[in-house]
Amino acid sequence: MSTQEIRFSGFGGQGIIRCALITGKALSLYDDKFATMTQSFGPEARGSACAAQLMVSDSRILYPYITHPGILMALSQEAYDTYYGELPKDGVLIVENDLVKLKSEHSDLKLYRVPATRFAEELGNRLFTNLVALGFLTAVTKVVTADAMKKALPGLVPDRFLKINIRAFEKGYNHGLEAMSTAGAKS
Amino acid sequence: MDGDHALAEGALAAGCRFFAGYPITPSTETAERFAERAPEVGALFIQMEDELASIAALIGAAWAGQKCMTVTCGPGFSLMTENIGLAAMTETPLVIANVQRGGPSTGLPTLTAQQDMMQAKYGPHGDNAMIALCPDSPQECFDLTVEAFNLSEFYRVPVIILTDETVGHMHEKVVIPPADQIKVVPRNNYSGPKEDCRPYKFDSKGGHPMVRAGDGYNFHITGLVHNEMGYPVMTADQGKIVVTHLMEKINSNADDIIRLEEDQVEGADIVVVSYGITSRIAVKAIQDARKEGIKVGSLRLITIWPFCEKRISELSGKVKAFVVPEINYGQMVREVERCAHGRSEVISVNHCGGAVHDPEVILDAIRKANK
Repeated sequence: MSTQEIRFSGFGGQGIIRCALITGKALSLYDDKFATMTQSFGPEARGSACAAQLMVSDSRILYPYITHPGILMALSQEAYDTYYGELPKDGVLIVENDLVKLKSEHSDLKLYRVPATRFAEELGNRLFTNLVALGFLTAVTKVVTADAMKKALPGLVPDRFLKINIRAFEKGYNHGLEAMSTAGAKS
Repeated sequence: MDGDHALAEGALAAGCRFFAGYPITPSTETAERFAERAPEVGALFIQMEDELASIAALIGAAWAGQKCMTVTCGPGFSLMTENIGLAAMTETPLVIANVQRGGPSTGLPTLTAQQDMMQAKYGPHGDNAMIALCPDSPQECFDLTVEAFNLSEFYRVPVIILTDETVGHMHEKVVIPPADQIKVVPRNNYSGPKEDCRPYKFDSKGGHPMVRAGDGYNFHITGLVHNEMGYPVMTADQGKIVVTHLMEKINSNADDIIRLEEDQVEGADIVVVSYGITSRIAVKAIQDARKEGIKVGSLRLITIWPFCEKRISELSGKVKAFVVPEINYGQMVREVERCAHGRSEVISVNHCGGAVHDPEVILDAIRKANK
C-alpha cells in the first residue's frame, strides 16, 4: 500500500478533527499501519470551515501534509466547494447528503452520499453525525477495519456516550455496505 | 498523541514534578497535559504571570530539589533568555521546550518554523555552552524529553528542546515504555558533612551533586562569578576558572552528548544535513534523488548543541557538498560551513517559515549539488 491521503472536512463543531483522531488511532494502534494526523489550527477549528488531514501508510510517513488526496469526506457545502477539485480521477468523495448541494454528478469520481446528520438525529442527537459518517467511510473505503475503529473509540468519545457512538458508527457502516452493494449492482 | 502532549509525558516519565509556564501557541497543549496529569503523580503546576516569572520559578524549584520544566515558543523564549543565562551560570538543571513558530516577534503564531536555533545557544549574554535537542516526531518528543532531563541532571545545565509547530501539533503513535525500562538519571543531592559541602566544582566535568535548600547546608547562589561555595569572587582569574568550566563541561564531553542519525553517509557524494520536521521532508527528497542514481546520504542532527563539528569536519573534503534545508533564513548552515573548512561546498535550502519545505525544492538542491 502506498500512502493513502484522507481529508476530513466540514464546519467546526461537527467533530471533524475527532474523525481524524479516531481513524488515525484505529489505524496505528489496531490495524498495524502508520498514520499521521494534522489539523486546522486556530479560529477556523472553532466554528467556521474545519479540516483534518490523515496520512496512512505501511511505512513511516515522511511528509505529514496532504499533497495527493485520495479520499475526501465533506460534511458541509463550504468544505465540498473548497476541496472536491483536488480529488484525482477515481478519487473517493463522501458528502453529507442533506447539507451538500453537488455542482455536478462527478462521474469521474467515486461519489457516495450519506445522510449523516439525519441518521444522528434519529439516534437522538446530531452530535453523532461524525460517527455515522465515519462508519460510512469505513464501509465504502475499507481503508480501516470496523473492528479497529470501534476499539479506538474509548478515550476519544465520552464514556457515557460510548454505546450510542458505536450504534451511530454501525448505522453509518451498514448504510455504507448497502451503498456499496447498490453501486456493485449498477456496474 | 501529538508532540506537545508527548513532551509533557516525557517530562513526567523523567521524574519532573514541577512545571511553571505561561500559555502561548503552539506550546500550550504541553502545559494543559501537564496540568491535567499533575495531580495523578503529586506534581505541581503553576500558571505564572509571564515567561520571566516561569523560568525564575523553575530555578527556585530546582534548588528546592525538584526536576522541573517549562514550555514556550519564540516570544516567550526571548523573555526567558536572561534567566536561562542565570540558570547556566548557577548550574541549575532544568528543561525548556521551545515549540517554534514563525518569527520574528509575534510572527506567525499558528505556523511552523525552525528560527530559534541560534537563539538557543547565543541568546543569553556571556559565554556558556548549551545543550539543545531536536525531535522529529511525537515519539521523539517523549524520548528526547527524558534524555533532556538526564543530560540536564548530569551536566547541571538548562537543556532546550527545539521542536516546532508541525511536530507539536502532529498526531502519531507514541510508545511509552514501562517505567522500569526508561533510563532516568535521578536528582543527585549532596548529603555529606557540612564542612565539605560545595555546590560547585570547576573541573570541566558533569556528575556533581546539587545542594538542596532546606537540607541544612550553608551555600550561596549568584549570577556573579563565584567560588566553589557559590560566594562572589569578582576577579579575572576566577572568571577564567568559572567560564572555562561552563564551556568545557559540555565541549569536552561533546562526544558523549551528541546523537546523530546517519543513513548511507559513507561513500556519499552529497550529504543532506537536517533536523526536526525538515529531516523527514528531506528523506522524501533523498529517496527520490537515489532513484535518479545520485549517491546521497542523510545526517540528522538529534543533538543541535553542542554542534557535531567533528563529524562534519571528517566528512568535509570526502563529500562534494552538504545540503542544509531548514525552516529559517539559514542558521545551522553557518555551522556546517564553519566545519566544512571550505573543503566541500555547502548549500543552504532556506525557508522563511510558516510551512515545511516542498520536497521538490530539496531534491533540486541535491541535483544541483551533484552537478
